[in-house]
Amino acid sequence: MPQIFHRSTNTLSRATIFGAVFVIAALSWVAMEIQRSPYVTYAGVRKPQPVPFSHQHHVSGLGIDCRYCHTSVEVSSFAGIPPTKTCMNCHSQIWTNAELLEPVRSSYRTGESLQWTRVNQLPDFVFFNHSIHINKGVGCNTCHGPVDQMPLMYQQESLQMEWCLSCHRAPEKNLRPRDQVFNMQYQQPTSANPVVVDAQSFTDQIDLGSFLVKKYNVRSVKDITSCSTCHR
Amino acid sequence: MKMDEQTKVGLQNKKEDVCPSKRDKLDLDSLRAQINEANNSDKAGPEYWRSLEELAGSPAFQEALHREFPKGASEWVDSFSRRGFLKVMGASMALAGMTGCVRLPLEPIVPYVRQPEDVIPGRPTFYATAMTLGGYASPLLVESHLGRPTKIEGNDKHPASLGGTDIFAQAHVLGLYDPDRSQSVTSMGDQRSWQSFLTAIRGPLSAQKALQGAGIRILTPTISSPTLADQLRNFLKIYPQAKWHVYEPVNRDNVLEGAKLAFGQPVETRYDFEKADVIVSLDADFLYAGYPGNVRYIRDFAKRRNPDGNMNRLYVIESTPTTTGAKADHRWPVKASDLANLVAHLTAGGHPLRELGSQNTGLPESVHRFMVAVQEGLGQIGNHLGTSVVIPGDHQPSIVHYAAHILNEVYGNVGRTIFYTDPVDANPVNQIESIKDLVGDIHAGKVDLLIILGGNPAYDAPTDLDFANVLKNGKVPLRVHHGLYQNETAELCQWHINQAHELEAWGDARAFDGTVSIIQPLIAPLYSGKSAVEFVALLSGQADATGYDLTRAYWQKRHTGADFEQFWRKSLHDGWIEGTTYATKSLSAKPSAFASETKPADANAIELNFRGDPTAYDGQFSNNGWLQELPKPMTKLTWDNAILIGPKMAERLQTKTEDVVELELNGNKVTGPVWIQAGHPDNSVTVTLGYGRKRAGRVGTAQGFDAYALRTSAAPWIATGLQIRKTGETYKLASTQGMQSMDTPDGGHRPLVRETTLEEYRKEPAFAKEEEPAPGLTLYKPYPYKEEDYAWGMAIDLNSCVGCNNCMLACQSENNIAVVGKEQAVIGRHMHWIRVDAYYQGDRDNPKAFFQPVPCMQCENAPCEVVCPVGATNHSSEGLNDMVYNRCVGTRYCSNNCPYKVRRFNFFLFQDWETPQYKMMRNPDVSVRSRGVMEKCTYCVQRINEHKIDADTPSVREGKQIKVGDELQTACQQSCPAGAIIFGNLNDPESRVSKLKAQARNYSLLGELNTRPRTTYLAEVSNPNPELKG
Repeated sequence: MPQIFHRSTNTLSRATIFGAVFVIAALSWVAMEIQRSPYVTYAGVRKPQPVPFSHQHHVSGLGIDCRYCHTSVEVSSFAGIPPTKTCMNCHSQIWTNAELLEPVRSSYRTGESLQWTRVNQLPDFVFFNHSIHINKGVGCNTCHGPVDQMPLMYQQESLQMEWCLSCHRAPEKNLRPRDQVFNMQYQQPTSANPVVVDAQSFTDQIDLGSFLVKKYNVRSVKDITSCSTCHR
Repeated sequence: MKMDEQTKVGLQNKKEDVCPSKRDKLDLDSLRAQINEANNSDKAGPEYWRSLEELAGSPAFQEALHREFPKGASEWVDSFSRRGFLKVMGASMALAGMTGCVRLPLEPIVPYVRQPEDVIPGRPTFYATAMTLGGYASPLLVESHLGRPTKIEGNDKHPASLGGTDIFAQAHVLGLYDPDRSQSVTSMGDQRSWQSFLTAIRGPLSAQKALQGAGIRILTPTISSPTLADQLRNFLKIYPQAKWHVYEPVNRDNVLEGAKLAFGQPVETRYDFEKADVIVSLDADFLYAGYPGNVRYIRDFAKRRNPDGNMNRLYVIESTPTTTGAKADHRWPVKASDLANLVAHLTAGGHPLRELGSQNTGLPESVHRFMVAVQEGLGQIGNHLGTSVVIPGDHQPSIVHYAAHILNEVYGNVGRTIFYTDPVDANPVNQIESIKDLVGDIHAGKVDLLIILGGNPAYDAPTDLDFANVLKNGKVPLRVHHGLYQNETAELCQWHINQAHELEAWGDARAFDGTVSIIQPLIAPLYSGKSAVEFVALLSGQADATGYDLTRAYWQKRHTGADFEQFWRKSLHDGWIEGTTYATKSLSAKPSAFASETKPADANAIELNFRGDPTAYDGQFSNNGWLQELPKPMTKLTWDNAILIGPKMAERLQTKTEDVVELELNGNKVTGPVWIQAGHPDNSVTVTLGYGRKRAGRVGTAQGFDAYALRTSAAPWIATGLQIRKTGETYKLASTQGMQSMDTPDGGHRPLVRETTLEEYRKEPAFAKEEEPAPGLTLYKPYPYKEEDYAWGMAIDLNSCVGCNNCMLACQSENNIAVVGKEQAVIGRHMHWIRVDAYYQGDRDNPKAFFQPVPCMQCENAPCEVVCPVGATNHSSEGLNDMVYNRCVGTRYCSNNCPYKVRRFNFFLFQDWETPQYKMMRNPDVSVRSRGVMEKCTYCVQRINEHKIDADTPSVREGKQIKVGDELQTACQQSCPAGAIIFGNLNDPESRVSKLKAQARNYSLLGELNTRPRTTYLAEVSNPNPELKG
């Protein structure tokens, strides 16, 4: 009786079994990459907006403080999106006829809200609070990136849980003095550029961060990595 | 009968039923046989039982103890079996893991155009307002998120609340967002505009002007609003011949008539239970929602239940088991019609009953002894102590109220523990007589225009008046209905005006002590409804007046000072108007009128008792899913009313729970399911009103049976001559009694609810304690909780808890808990995070009852955590047993391993994700759970986080140091009228919860399992009269 399978089948099947491991690994890697890609996270994606508002122009060009518009950032979970009135404080005086600003004027005229698209978006089961981060010395641009360099607003980081935890597990890596939180030009301390807090000069971020963890009474890592800190 | 003698027999070897609805119900013949058999053996049965099935040691109950859900609840109940489903869906199940990988949809973000000054997005604001029930105001503090009211709290500064609420107040917010509410003006069923109604009503009104309004009748429910009453009186000035009728099915006619008998005028009685050493309730359920002032009364009563303080003693003589009876130190069940005779003995010429002896009173020995104790508890005549209270029930005839007035006077209570004031009701008339007059006028053809201002008389008027047909037969040419729903009455009126909900409207109302609260809206009317104040203004010719202007204008008339603006703002801010509390009157009862000899009722005649339903009330809450699914305090029934009878009567009638019987009274018939209620008096039947609605909405229509069909104007509360016939059918009732029963490792010898008497407690204060395993006895590494800033814990004082279920609804509202519906409730899938277990002890004909609220115990050694395969439930550093919904894959191992049975599983998509109204109602700080996810009590972690964050945020606390433990309250704790739930920081020895846990009567539930629960209980201590022992 002749052989049903050719001899090469042996090799082929070995290769297939061996190869499957790589195929599965590769597929998993692809899946992970997709999951972390801007396609899923929206990091770096400029979402459609009714008005092409430029943070670059308003922040670094005109020097407007973050809190002029995001008024509740220090006291509420939500930083606040400015009401149309805030825009019109200036734009009833300047650029009053600009085509681009027609939606703003129309909103003010009709009383109908502008509908922005949320840029930094978290899933509904995550409860983020701005006020506590601001008050513990996390700078705006630590999470939001160089907003003063963004002509069109985009999300800087992935905002995925691993990214949140990277800081919650070691808060000292990112803390800065409270009075520097809204400073978009703030640099972490180096020996050339020390940061002074309470008359103490720091040349190293870990030293400064550890000092601030104590000073601002940042809760224990176990506490801020408990599930119910963000999920409830 | 002592319970130790009543014994369960071993499990019978029975074929297992798959469907729970086929489970064996209690068979009383076999129960009797089992008890007889047990008397001859020496196996001890449970001392505390939750249902008669458990008492009888029914195999079905035994099995339920060992199961997480009743049989069949974990099965797929569609026609498609779960196994079949898995086969078909095998391939797609493989992809199920990918659901976490969806791309978030783009989300719009909509800012204000002009932001109101005080609004900080992300932080709630609170407004003081009020709601009314039966005319009485409950002062509220309502949480609002960007203009959406989401949660009701009690107004902690108001004397009628002190922070507590009742279940109806908690459910008020769901009433606002009910999508079945009437959404427009209609004429003959067609949608019309408010303007078209204005045009339509103008003609008839001006025609009536010539007749001085002789053809106008206004029918309202009980009104305490000064503004509305003033408006109606003005209307009657414009139309002097018009009449104002008042009718509400659960009314206080007997109270009114009793006061008239005693004082010749309508009088409101207010009680001070904090000062009363002895309380005698004559069928008064004053510790339950619906009783005017119950929230305050519960607080005062609970203050005197501290066994280390000066404990009061409560005697309850009642005709149907209630929570008040459950809290009694001595309870005596009687037929409602016998109560007047019994009370007559107390008043009879002031003779001490002890001296008379039972042979002279003609009472059985046991009753005589009880009555002697009651009489001596009231005080000593002549030596006016004023330390007791006699409180009569609203449904008892006026003669009982009169007797109570006499007793309170004789024992010197007036001015000390009870106070008389003007009536809260702005138009105190006998409401049954009032609606009878109205129907008489209609039959006489005197009525041309009938305005029904709220209420639902076509459904709830006495059956002999046949109100629905009176409306239908067209004797009244023009009928206008103003109400929240397109209900049975709206259907029979040509015009229906959609009413604005109390959370949408301006108005005012009086609380039980007369204090006026301004009702201020939390939101603009969702469907442009009109408030009662605006509607009556239209009738008086002020079509465009707004509720705000009208209410304000009335108070401007009353408060003429130049500081009106300040007065108005303060009244709105505080939630009440200063100086409006009624002054007490000094009155003395006319002793001559007391005709003590009412004819003794036939002992064998079956009596029928009508009561407002504990959750549906008179039917106005029929369409409220939260209330429908809330277990009624004693029966734990949901979604239905039932025919309550005692065990003895059930034996005689050979009926079982869930048997359908026909009730016949004076030729009127109704059929409904029987519920055998331990402690119900013999030869007596209780039915509750508010069910059998025909047009309630998608939740309430056709639930239960309509007891109004038996209720006549002659006997609105107590009727005799009832006939009962078995129909041979059965009806499935959804009771939670016996569901989620905890199994005790030693078979119930160490009871879950622990109690003793004051006498025993003084001898051995730590009676409830037992040795718990040493802290280190675990395979897992212990966590140093003591080193953290906070360790959250809770203490629940069983002595204070009155079983009112308010905590369950407060939790439901705070934590976005879904309603599952009757079908799911039958199989035990309700979602309440906190449940209130009721335990009975002793004689099934008059058992003692105990309540035990059970939330998640937040065990330090949590059995649920170690079995979760995906790490969806973990421990926080502060001792919380966290639940991570987005990780949960629904294996249900955790709930299987929970000895307290406090975990709840979303078998289906129970949450309504579509209806826009419900989206507005939800608490934005709590995730809305989806299908296939486990959930449970979190100790309101959203509130914990908010307080922790605020305490750490200098810009919020503005230099003040917030001590987290002091202000932080869980939802169940905040509105508990009894103050029975105390939550706080165990690492602070000065916190209230730490101090309570240090008390001798503190014990852990199932502590022997070494779960180290953070929730513990303070054991119950009753204060029985030593003379009535044995």
